[in-house]
Amino acid sequence: MSSSSLSVQGLAKRYGDFVALAPTDLVVADGEFLTLLGPSGSGKTTLLSLLAGLVPPDEGSVRIGSQDVTYAPPYERDIGVVFQNYALFPHMTIEENIAFPLKMRKVSAADAKRRAREALEMVHLPHIAGRYPRELSGGQQQRVALARCMVYKPSIILMDEPLGALDKKLREHMQLEIKRLHREMGTTIVYVTHDQEEAMTMSDRICLMNAGRIEQLGTPADLYFRPRTLFVADFLGESNILPADLRTRVGDEVEVGVGSSGVSGRALANGHDLPPGSSVRVMVRPQNLAVARHGASAMGVPAVGVQGRVSEVMVTGSLTKVYMEPLDRNLPPLVAAFPTRNEADAVRIDDVLTLSWSGRDAVVIADTAAPAAGTA
Amino acid sequence: MNGQSLTMTDTAGAKRHSPPPAWRKPVLMGAPLVLLLVAFLVFPVGQLLALSVYNGQGFTLAPYAQLFASSLYATVLWITLKISLATTLVAVVAAYPIAYLISVAKGPAKSRLIFWVLLSFWTSFLVRAFAWVVILGRNGVINSTLMSLGIIDRPLDLLYGFGAVLVGMVHAMLPLAVMTMLAVMENIDRTLPRAASTLGARPGTAFWTVYFPLSLPGVAASAIMVFVSAIGFFIVPALLGGRKETMITQLIIDQVQQTLNWGLAGAISVLLLTVVLIVFVLYDRVFGFASLTGESAVVRNRDTAMRRLGGRVLAALGSASDALIGIVPRRHPIAGRAERPLALTAFVWFLLVLISLPAFLMIPLSFGKGGLAWPPSGFTLQWYEQLLQSPIWMQALWRSIVVAFGTGLLAMAIGVPAAFLMVRGQMRGKGAMLAFILSPIVVPRMIIAVGMFYVFAQMGLVGTILGLVIGHTVVAVPYVVMTMMAVLRNYDTRLDMAAQSLGARPLAALRHVTFPILGAGMLSSFLFAFATSFDELTISLFSSGGLSATLPKQFWDEVTLQVSPVIAAVSTGLLLFVAALIWVADRMRRRSLAS
Ligand SMILES: Nc1ncnc2c1ncn2[C@@H]1O[C@H](COP(=O)(O)OP(=O)(O)OP(=O)(O)O)[C@@H](O)[C@H]1O
Ligand SMILES: [Mg+2]
Repeated sequence: MSSSSLSVQGLAKRYGDFVALAPTDLVVADGEFLTLLGPSGSGKTTLLSLLAGLVPPDEGSVRIGSQDVTYAPPYERDIGVVFQNYALFPHMTIEENIAFPLKMRKVSAADAKRRAREALEMVHLPHIAGRYPRELSGGQQQRVALARCMVYKPSIILMDEPLGALDKKLREHMQLEIKRLHREMGTTIVYVTHDQEEAMTMSDRICLMNAGRIEQLGTPADLYFRPRTLFVADFLGESNILPADLRTRVGDEVEVGVGSSGVSGRALANGHDLPPGSSVRVMVRPQNLAVARHGASAMGVPAVGVQGRVSEVMVTGSLTKVYMEPLDRNLPPLVAAFPTRNEADAVRIDDVLTLSWSGRDAVVIADTAAPAAGTA
Repeated sequence: MNGQSLTMTDTAGAKRHSPPPAWRKPVLMGAPLVLLLVAFLVFPVGQLLALSVYNGQGFTLAPYAQLFASSLYATVLWITLKISLATTLVAVVAAYPIAYLISVAKGPAKSRLIFWVLLSFWTSFLVRAFAWVVILGRNGVINSTLMSLGIIDRPLDLLYGFGAVLVGMVHAMLPLAVMTMLAVMENIDRTLPRAASTLGARPGTAFWTVYFPLSLPGVAASAIMVFVSAIGFFIVPALLGGRKETMITQLIIDQVQQTLNWGLAGAISVLLLTVVLIVFVLYDRVFGFASLTGESAVVRNRDTAMRRLGGRVLAALGSASDALIGIVPRRHPIAGRAERPLALTAFVWFLLVLISLPAFLMIPLSFGKGGLAWPPSGFTLQWYEQLLQSPIWMQALWRSIVVAFGTGLLAMAIGVPAAFLMVRGQMRGKGAMLAFILSPIVVPRMIIAVGMFYVFAQMGLVGTILGLVIGHTVVAVPYVVMTMMAVLRNYDTRLDMAAQSLGARPLAALRHVTFPILGAGMLSSFLFAFATSFDELTISLFSSGGLSATLPKQFWDEVTLQVSPVIAAVSTGLLLFVAALIWVADRMRRRSLAS
């Protein structure tokens, strides 16, 4: 097993009666880019701190490679941490801050200075070496924190929202830098972000957390197209979630009846093995909904489907979003998105549209609110 | 790389399979302080109290019989309470506007105000008390001024009375009252009264119904600190009081130094301690001990009828002051200005001049030929020459400096880890631990001093530097812990974590990150301990022995036996020393802020 993989088993942390992290298993492969995503307070920073050894766990173990480091102090772990609040030392200049880890590793002063300068150039801040942290903007501090962590090339880097304070352009630049570092040095990175797009574009895998536990762990596509729970479907991107009854199984898909009118449709079973008659949810992403004027057909799919009255049309550049109130009162409001077209055939408010989807683009989510199969 | 790390791994993994025992660190951090207090506070005080019921052969209640046989002790206790309560009341009322002004002032104005409060705070109690002897004496400042103006033709008897004691006591306690109150006031959210005024409250109402209730825990903390210090104080009543103003501490001194009646001294101590404990229990019920350290400035809301009444009184006060403000034509239409009215500033400066002036009167006297009579006449350096040539004074000075340094270092070594523990540690019984750490402040100094003397005598520590350092550390260490706790609360612990994650071992993290950032706070803790020891008289009075006096002890012997103008020279020296100390501390603080 390689020395820069991370694995945790049954790791848990409580503050008094409050469970900040429920017993959790997680393996991060050597050289993997794993993103922790989740709402505020879901335990991302807690998990990161446990990995870094900044707080002791209540239960469970942490391994780096095959070495048990559960109770090893942070300075013995060769893990770099970029802190959520930067944690720059206020009494040191930027250069001293960045040279600090090198100094702790007994790198000669001249060498440390040179490498600190290089790191500053990498984050595009060569001119601020002599300043103190409080003389920098939030975004500059964040970049210094990144430089301080990268300068000593740790084999594992934990980053807690490292780009949160940057504007879009800088953020994209820094994303590239981090990816480059990841690629070139083979660093294992555990990354925390609130930005879904960032999580989707950068990660090998995403670990979605909720209320102190892992809700789902998988590739970005897994989470986006094959969410296991309503929470995941709802958290990542826009989605349409339709109540439905399961009818029959067709290969890896199922046929369902949607809403009270029982409009038929298809969806991926996604590993759920539920008996016919179970009530489930079906999730379809807005861009996977085919829209047709009532009675017409679109994209070769016959125009049978859920009907809705347009309540709002929003053109967001390349995409047009259409919000609809389904005629079936038991269905929630829906949203469809498609490439913005010429005005001539544009959709207008109060038009009635028919929505349909391919079975490959929809997915079944077990309805947690419904009674378990078999007891019904 | 893989094979190697694998073999390394298993041994290291096995070595560290169990968590380090969670109790070890807190014990290491807290034990020295606990041991010190048990050995040199609990044990000595316990011994002294035990002496009141154990006469060497067996159990006895004779000392108590003696205590209650004559009305002397009850009378003295009553006088002691009367003086302490009056002192508390006046000092707290006078301290409030000063602390308020400091808390709302900014920049250099604030630094100036704090400088003058600190100067009084750290100017020796002895110097300040002695200054009043000079001011109020028959040939003193007031009498000679009034006579030269022809207002009176015979000197008034200003000295040796309740008034003189009260003035001296208030003067001694006022800076303490301001500092304690300020700790709470600085934490009051400045936007709250402003928010109240945007909600329609006039300035007076906003002050009395929003700011004042929030500042009450500070008032309470300051009142109890002043009361407890006052009840254990003896310098002022001894120097300024007459027969009728004897305080209970003086009786204890008499029993120990003159009649050697340890049993009675113990019994009086029990009496005094009981009174203090009752006061503290009442305080804890109403405010909670935590408010003493500024932990949480929340008044427990129990008694709702009282609260409603209090609310009405405050609202009435608010509208009364609004009416008053309304009469005066408004000069500043800007609401923000109302926070610092001119009249308040003038009044506060008047108070500050008043509390600083007495010590400053020593300067002209120290250069005068006419002794300690006012006004000073002529110019001479003879008192300074006498002082510098006196081996007794010089040795006392040297001893005091050594003891103060030792105390500062020992108190820091013991108090800083304890403060870390109290702020960062997660353990049960923190409240009890804090109360224990603060107990040297709670127990009247006189009781500690007498008990310590008794124990030191058995251990052969009387008259030694070590004994004095230990004794002073016991009374200085709570201040170190409190100052460091305040400093640590503002310190972001994530910086330590960052340092450790960057490869710094705990000691390196302390050296490169924690201590440099906490430097200014640590320096002021050290100076606090240093100054406490440098001005300590009660413990030194007994434990310094006959021949190895510290500076305050020498000062005390001098003013009680023979009064010479050399005292004025010493006082001047002390004043300048303290001013220099504050200046240096302030410079260091600024340097550390600037870097
Ligand atoms: N030292 C502590 N004492 C008590 N509770 C804590 C402590 N640290 C964290 N918590 C609690 O644990 C929970 C998880 O906190 P954590 O910092 O891991 O959240 P997070 O997912 O990083 O949130 P965010 O996205 O806002 O940074 C929160 O509810 C928090 O209040
Ligand atoms: Mg966080």
